Amino acid sequence: MDALPDKAAPVPAVGGSAPLAGPSPPPPTNPPPSPAAAPAPAMRAASSPLARFWRNPAVKIAVLILALVGGSALFGPLLMPARYQSPTPLQLAPPSFAHWLGTDLNGRDQLYRVFIGARISLAVGLAGALISFFIGTTYGLVSGYVGGRTDAVMMRAVDVIYSIPRLIFIIILINIVEQPFHAWLQGKVAASSSEALRSLPGYSKTLILILSLGLVEWLTMARIVRGQTLVLKNLQFVTAARSLGQTHRKILTRHLLPNLTGIIAVYLTLTIPAVILDESFLSYLGLGVDASQASWGTLLSDGAQAVNPIKSSWWLLVFPAAVMSGTLLALNFLGDGLRDALDPRGK
Amino acid sequence: MTAFLFRRFAILLAVVFCVVTITFFMIRLAPGGPFDRERKVSASIERAERLKYKLEGPEGRAVGEHLAARLGWGGTARARLGEAGSILQQYRDYLWDLLHGDLRLSTKYLNRSVNEIIGQTLPVSLLLGTLAFTLATTAGVLLGAFAAVRHNTALDAGAMFSALLAISVPTFVTGPLCILVFALKFGVLPVGGWGQASQIILPALVLAAPYVAYIARLMRSSMLETLGQDFVRTARAKGLSDSAVLYRHALKVAILPVVSYLGPLAANLLTGSVVVETVFNIPGMGGFFVNSILNRDGFLLGGVVIVYCVLLVSLNFLTDVAYKLLDPRVQLA
Repeated sequence: MDALPDKAAPVPAVGGSAPLAGPSPPPPTNPPPSPAAAPAPAMRAASSPLARFWRNPAVKIAVLILALVGGSALFGPLLMPARYQSPTPLQLAPPSFAHWLGTDLNGRDQLYRVFIGARISLAVGLAGALISFFIGTTYGLVSGYVGGRTDAVMMRAVDVIYSIPRLIFIIILINIVEQPFHAWLQGKVAASSSEALRSLPGYSKTLILILSLGLVEWLTMARIVRGQTLVLKNLQFVTAARSLGQTHRKILTRHLLPNLTGIIAVYLTLTIPAVILDESFLSYLGLGVDASQASWGTLLSDGAQAVNPIKSSWWLLVFPAAVMSGTLLALNFLGDGLRDALDPRGK
Repeated sequence: MTAFLFRRFAILLAVVFCVVTITFFMIRLAPGGPFDRERKVSASIERAERLKYKLEGPEGRAVGEHLAARLGWGGTARARLGEAGSILQQYRDYLWDLLHGDLRLSTKYLNRSVNEIIGQTLPVSLLLGTLAFTLATTAGVLLGAFAAVRHNTALDAGAMFSALLAISVPTFVTGPLCILVFALKFGVLPVGGWGQASQIILPALVLAAPYVAYIARLMRSSMLETLGQDFVRTARAKGLSDSAVLYRHALKVAILPVVSYLGPLAANLLTGSVVVETVFNIPGMGGFFVNSILNRDGFLLGGVVIVYCVLLVSLNFLTDVAYKLLDPRVQLA
């Protein structure tokens, strides 16, 4: 049996996808306004998913927060004077005018650390979500499109993977693959003249982390895409495409995929916070990103250790926690807003 | 039903076998052994150590080297084949020991067997996990049903916002924050540790919080869908009270998605308890799991992973049975 009932309700296709070569369903158009009963302006706005999405106040706040966090991760470290980047004798100083978020055990500026942490955490989140998007979409499309016994076996496998502690295997995997991968990378780029390439082995653990988290978080995406594909493949435009002699590959990529963009966008948005959460979980345990590179997880780990009965340096915990939770909350709100806009029945 | 039970037991064995095999080879083939960090000792002592902890397979090595000699291989190729034979023998012996219920000795915690360590730590983790599991399911279902009934009110919006907040904040943030507020600021609950009833309150709450939220969201959307169905209208039309409609008719149907989430919930609680146990200094299996990887303590790691898997596969089995009991349309396969 399926562990979760598939949300098999057809989702209206989002406008603005790539122009289709073959026959495709007509874009959802508003019914021609009849002079007798002209729809109220609000009604007309409600019929466009994108307009509905933007009218949601939670979405606006979420986008603002994400822009703020993303912008400060990109430009924040560049704007700060160089002296903030190195340790100072000022250990565990509370927030002050000189150090807005205080300093840590080694006298490093906490604001700078949070910015750098945002870079790594966001990068891992985005890259991991992209990998899971590729795997999940392909798996779901194939499973749903082929159907029958193949579909049953593929979905049963997803059910099984769903209910094993995947992160525990990821932890084992990362710790075992890391050293050989590091050595291999070192050998590959040692002769390279590019500075950026030669610094790559330092990130070997982060790279493995991205890859393995992408390998963990694709299950929901696969399920949703498969459910939608099951519905879509029985619609007339697919039959029409096939009767015109279109290959399966073309039907999948040119006809089905564009109609899935909306639902994929929703779950891509929801996968990013999941991956960030996983990353910080591993880094917190000291098994993820190297301690020398701050991610939100390592910052929070430091912060949690700074909370003790003798002297609580609360600023080490509270600020990274606030930034990270705010980002995750905003991403979750964005995903929910997208879903509500595409599927108004849920509201 | 008997066939179902039988098949499920076979699956359990297959899963445990695969897990044991994967874990064994991953840890044995990984660079870095359990004795690497210690002072260099003479070759004979090290060999005795390896034999004591069964990290050496002399017969397998002899077979491998013999085979190499027959093939006319020498040097490194011979040594490699010998090593492969040794590891294969270790694997065979390990499976044999497992069949006899012997999880072997830990290579880090000297003179303690894995059976003993798990015997001491598993009850702790189980108690914490069961408490969080009960909390997450009951509170989640109640909150979700509550929000669905008050659909589109401020209460609903508030409940759903706090649910999203709880999902977005990881346990290793809520944990230390709760310690900061409840233990250090107000001093109402202990900071951590294990042994008193008051010491389990904070960890269980922290561990359960994200899943309370997740189940509440699941329950709310499922309840909303159910409340719009015909049989609910019929129940209302025949004059049943609101609470009777809700609890006796709608809840039974709406709870099904929550039931199918119980398996993944158990898996997530297991992973989550690793963090919660470190945050609150609880002597459960989680801390030993993390340390066993860092110490390359292969047999302890294997033991913990086996226990985790048996727990999860059994829980998934129970979930399937519960689903069947609640929804007669489901065929057990």
